[in-house]
Amino acid sequence: MTVELASIEGQRPDGQEREQDLSKSPLSIRGLTVTYGEKPAVFSVDMTVQPGQMTAIIGPNGAGKSTMLKAALGIVPPVSGRVQVFGRPLEEQRARIAYVPQRASVDWDFPTRVIDVVLMGLYRELGLLSRIRGEHKARAQECLERVGMADFAERQIGQLSGGQQQRVFLARALAQGADLYLLDEPFAGVDAATEKAIISVLKSLRAAGKTVVVVHHDLATVAEYFDNVFLINTRRVAEGPVAEAFTEATLQAAYGGRLATTQVSQLAHKA
Amino acid sequence: MLLDALLLQLGYNATLVAIGAALLGTAAGITGTFLFLRKRALVSDAVSHATLPGVCIAFLLMAALGGDGRNLAGLLLGSAVSAGAGLWCMNWLTRNTRLAEDAAIGAVLSVFFGFGVVLLTVIQTLGIGRQAGLEGFLLGSTAGMLYSDALVIALGGAATLFLVLLTRRPMTLVAFDPEYSAARGLPVSKIDMLMMGLVMAVTVVGLKIVGLILIVALLIIPPVTARFWTERSEHVVLLAGLFGGLAAYSGAAVSASAPNLPTGPIIVLMSFVFFALSLFFAPNRGVLAAFLRHMRFQRRVHLRQGLLALAQGQAIYEALTLRLLRRAGLVRADGVATERGRARAAKALRDERRWEVVRSDMAHEATAALYDGLRDIETVLTQDQIAEIDRRIGGPQEVPA
Repeated sequence: MTVELASIEGQRPDGQEREQDLSKSPLSIRGLTVTYGEKPAVFSVDMTVQPGQMTAIIGPNGAGKSTMLKAALGIVPPVSGRVQVFGRPLEEQRARIAYVPQRASVDWDFPTRVIDVVLMGLYRELGLLSRIRGEHKARAQECLERVGMADFAERQIGQLSGGQQQRVFLARALAQGADLYLLDEPFAGVDAATEKAIISVLKSLRAAGKTVVVVHHDLATVAEYFDNVFLINTRRVAEGPVAEAFTEATLQAAYGGRLATTQVSQLAHKA
Repeated sequence: MLLDALLLQLGYNATLVAIGAALLGTAAGITGTFLFLRKRALVSDAVSHATLPGVCIAFLLMAALGGDGRNLAGLLLGSAVSAGAGLWCMNWLTRNTRLAEDAAIGAVLSVFFGFGVVLLTVIQTLGIGRQAGLEGFLLGSTAGMLYSDALVIALGGAATLFLVLLTRRPMTLVAFDPEYSAARGLPVSKIDMLMMGLVMAVTVVGLKIVGLILIVALLIIPPVTARFWTERSEHVVLLAGLFGGLAAYSGAAVSASAPNLPTGPIIVLMSFVFFALSLFFAPNRGVLAAFLRHMRFQRRVHLRQGLLALAQGQAIYEALTLRLLRRAGLVRADGVATERGRARAAKALRDERRWEVVRSDMAHEATAALYDGLRDIETVLTQDQIAEIDRRIGGPQEVPA
């Protein structure tokens, strides 16, 4: 595996080799551009996620991290770009993807209980009319246990702390039994206990051969938590294993003057 | 008289209206719930006002073709078409311009309604096709309701309910978390359209009874009322149907019990009665419950603070605290702790330490979430767990429980 530092001119590595690993990649994105109005949020981005590994998408605020993820899933319409999931078009592979949106994207005063939110993960199996049976409840309960929220099943979601809300969202994703997990800022504003719980669940997913992609904002934990990084600042800056792609040069390129030089070298050193 | 009306003893027309209204109220409450959960309640107001030009144009067309201009099915079809056009305009405005939805609602509502009123005036001056009664669509008019009208309402309501039953899961999912729904491949905009289509169906069906100006009340008030009583969306749906049906039925009965009482507005007032009762008396979310909860909470805070002050030998200055302690027999009139007061104070202090342990230990997270500085620890932990915590704290174990 090689690290590429994409140049600003948008030079692409030769297509041959990359087209081949497309078929294996759980998520491959080619030439993705998303604009808000006429201002590009994500511009001509390529990404190839490695199977069975944990990848962090990092970049400064407003760099298009979340937007890229949403566009890849068709939540936000892209202007251009091609997305393949496990080598096939996105629409055919929806069932294999579990998405964890940002916690703040929903109203937590919605009239529903914790267990009901997790049961939403079983939406496909439940279909339109069949009743929710004991086995469904048991599966949802098991997912709650995995995130350490078993005792909260009957609570109204508005009573949860931010970290607990985040874990309920993760439990809902687990209930889907997917192969590819995409999480948008799961560690933002959560307590230390939640961060530990989430990272251990993600590691257990990796151990089970699943692929995990996380939009991440905390540079200090990148080296500790992830195998790969994807640096973005509207354009792709770098992509590869942490040891190679998370360096002084790439961080400087992605964050520019926003990080002090000493910070950058410290972070890169950790990696 | 009212009792007769409620028991359907007031004659054929009143009975027809009451049953039709009950069906409509149920369908409107249930459909409106999804709109309410999606936080788009006001869209229904624009949809209902957009029906008026359609009603008028349909009347003109039917009269021009030599038919009966007041054929209900024809008028409803016309209203559905123009409501659909209004909805489309609103979607187009929010999607393709910088207008936010509330502005689009205002624009569509007023323009369509204004156009409708102009058409209505034109029809009245033309004096064709027995136009009298067309303005009944504004506020509803049940006086001349026919069996076939009631049948149209019943069938429309039933069809709407059936569709809601079929699509309740995707609609709930989209209402709660549209991004997640989209990521799972749900056609979010189609589901939104369906939601609006159902609202449109209810509106059109309800024109005859409550009229286009007030139908929004039937769609919104019942779910808001239901929300006071439950924390589960399925139950909000069911209760909203129940409240909507009851309000419409009783409103129709009340209006039939005396001459010249308008049906639609009375139905709306009846649903307001249910709303007001729920607002004040619902457990948990009601105003009264919140007030009592606050009072109770304040007392517990004072009692607890007083006990902790006693345990640490501090003076108590607050009159309420002293009064509460005295009333509970924990301090004497001169402010000195009684035997029982000292015991309770020691326990309060001990509990404080126990809670500290609970809150710092991940294994007790669910329990720790219940911490409010007031709760007795034995209500959330078993004696064994408490003993275990006490071992960790150390010190004298002989604290009277």
